[in-house]
Amino acid sequence: MDYVLAGLVGCFVALGVYLLLSRSVIRMLIGMTILGNGVNLLIFTAGRLTREIAPIVPAGLEQPDGPIANPLPQALILTAIVIGFAMFSFLLVLAFRAYQSLDADNTDTMRVAEPVNEPNPPLSY
Amino acid sequence: MVELPPAMIETLTSASDWVVVLPLVLCLMGAAATLMLRKSGGLTFIFAVLIVCAVIACEVTLLLRVLDSGPLSMTMGKWLPPFGISFAADIFGAGFALTAAVVTLAVLVYAQGERGAEDGRDGFHSMVLLLLAGVTGSFLTGDLFNLYVWFEVMLIASFGLIVLGGRPAQLDGAVKYGFLNFLATTFFLLALGLLYGLLGTLNMADIMRVAPSANPAAMAGVAALLLLAFGMKAAAFPVNAWLPAAYHTPPAVVSALFAGLLTKVGIYAMMRALVVLLPASRDLLEPVLVAVALATLLVAPLGAIAETNLRRAIGFLVIGGVGSVLVGIAVPSLAGVSGAGLYIFHAILTMTALYLVAGLIESRTGQTDSRHMGGLYAASTPLSVLFFVLVLATAGVPPFLGFWPKLLLLQAGLGEGSWVGSLVAVALVVNAVLTLIAGSRLWAHIFWRAAPEGVVAPAPAPSHRGAWLRLGATGALVAIVVAAGLWPNGLFEALRFGAPDLLDPSRYVAAIGLAGGAP
Repeated sequence: MDYVLAGLVGCFVALGVYLLLSRSVIRMLIGMTILGNGVNLLIFTAGRLTREIAPIVPAGLEQPDGPIANPLPQALILTAIVIGFAMFSFLLVLAFRAYQSLDADNTDTMRVAEPVNEPNPPLSY
Repeated sequence: MVELPPAMIETLTSASDWVVVLPLVLCLMGAAATLMLRKSGGLTFIFAVLIVCAVIACEVTLLLRVLDSGPLSMTMGKWLPPFGISFAADIFGAGFALTAAVVTLAVLVYAQGERGAEDGRDGFHSMVLLLLAGVTGSFLTGDLFNLYVWFEVMLIASFGLIVLGGRPAQLDGAVKYGFLNFLATTFFLLALGLLYGLLGTLNMADIMRVAPSANPAAMAGVAALLLLAFGMKAAAFPVNAWLPAAYHTPPAVVSALFAGLLTKVGIYAMMRALVVLLPASRDLLEPVLVAVALATLLVAPLGAIAETNLRRAIGFLVIGGVGSVLVGIAVPSLAGVSGAGLYIFHAILTMTALYLVAGLIESRTGQTDSRHMGGLYAASTPLSVLFFVLVLATAGVPPFLGFWPKLLLLQAGLGEGSWVGSLVAVALVVNAVLTLIAGSRLWAHIFWRAAPEGVVAPAPAPSHRGAWLRLGATGALVAIVVAAGLWPNGLFEALRFGAPDLLDPSRYVAAIGLAGGAP
């Protein structure tokens, strides 16, 4: 199972990087999300996949009865998902605003901050 | 029956140890409160200044305690480390957090000088406090995943600040800044996942204990990913493109805050991760580090020379500073890490002040491009002195603050005794010369030469309260740079006391409370 998931993580990351190399902002955004999901899956796999029960201590005991699943990766992923979603929302709105006011969803034509063909710097001093 | 004491903290954390997390609590609560006060007119400014002053007071206390008794830590949630999330302050963490808060105070005062009374509703103060929370958290945390969370706090606050105002150029800059920085933190998360899979822990002190016994090849891969992630955050040479594309777009006061804090957090995280946490993997990556440091040192000031937009040119100088810190990471002798630490301290102050001066210049001339400026010396002598002092400090000319860290780094490079060490030493000197050329060229164009034809003469000095606030805030930062450069003994004493902790983390590990147990 680990190997399958590792392969899946590889696919996600490759797809995410491929989309990020695109010049279209929306494609980059989708690439970011897929890459993020690949990373979340990676943390999940890194926490070791086991066929154990949920990490809940039975009533009356002070420690779990037998081996349990590792709860920590799930906490990490949950945090990462929330953060990734917030970033995705912001970047989505940003891309839309940029499309509205710059009339560009292509990073090559987005040159307000860095104008092309600026005159050379003065040679004095 | 299981014994509770091995897993749980059963005594209350002593009240004095709360000083490690108090700055964060204050910042986060202050950010929430200023958001609620946003319709109250000028109150948010006063409130934000009070919060930052309280943060500074806490951090001075923290720094004094660290100077007195070494690293200090607090673990949350009653779980013993490595299960609970630890916060730990050593001399660098506490010192940088304090410097960041001082810089934030100056920026808040400066910003007030150009904001109207009705401008309180845009959430500027909340976002500045949130940014400070993220920066302070990154400096003080003792847990790698927690570091990731603080990075994201910092990132989302900076997103808000960079688009505040919504001019097209800002949106353009924000797209590049946003995507590349989010990508960097995603790489960081990727490295974290792999590190957790390899070591089973994310507590920094625990990583220091466990890392030597892990597979060195796998650890080197993780370290390389961390190098890429933090290199992007710090804008080291091959992955620096977002910085000159974005830092000149928001208002100057926001650029100043970013230049002082964001890249420095990135480079500090790199120093912690590579020098302290994974020193064995750092040794494997040393050729890469040396190459990156050399390239950053040489390319950045050349970019500054070729650039005429004032704030973009300063952006390249910020990148050059990152190169100097990279030297300390590439040559991590005691002098090297001391120099890198001192350089971060210097860069936080100097880069912020440089952008604040650029803001003053832009508001006096009404231009952003140095081609259209000129003759400002006659119109504003204090401004020209401030700019010139900062150029000298950035280049590392004695007696200003920038000289001392470069001296330590040179010492580290030459003390290495290998050709690599000599190479980085030469690169440092070349970088200083090129930075001096870039800076003095800007100075000559803006202040010294007569205004070129068709350029409107600088506006007469505005004498209202706002102008004095802005000049005062900038002047105060420059005064700190000059004073710390003239009397550096205190800094050197602190480094002598604290810098060895980076190379031999036993005191740090003991402070978190992990010394006894076997890995």
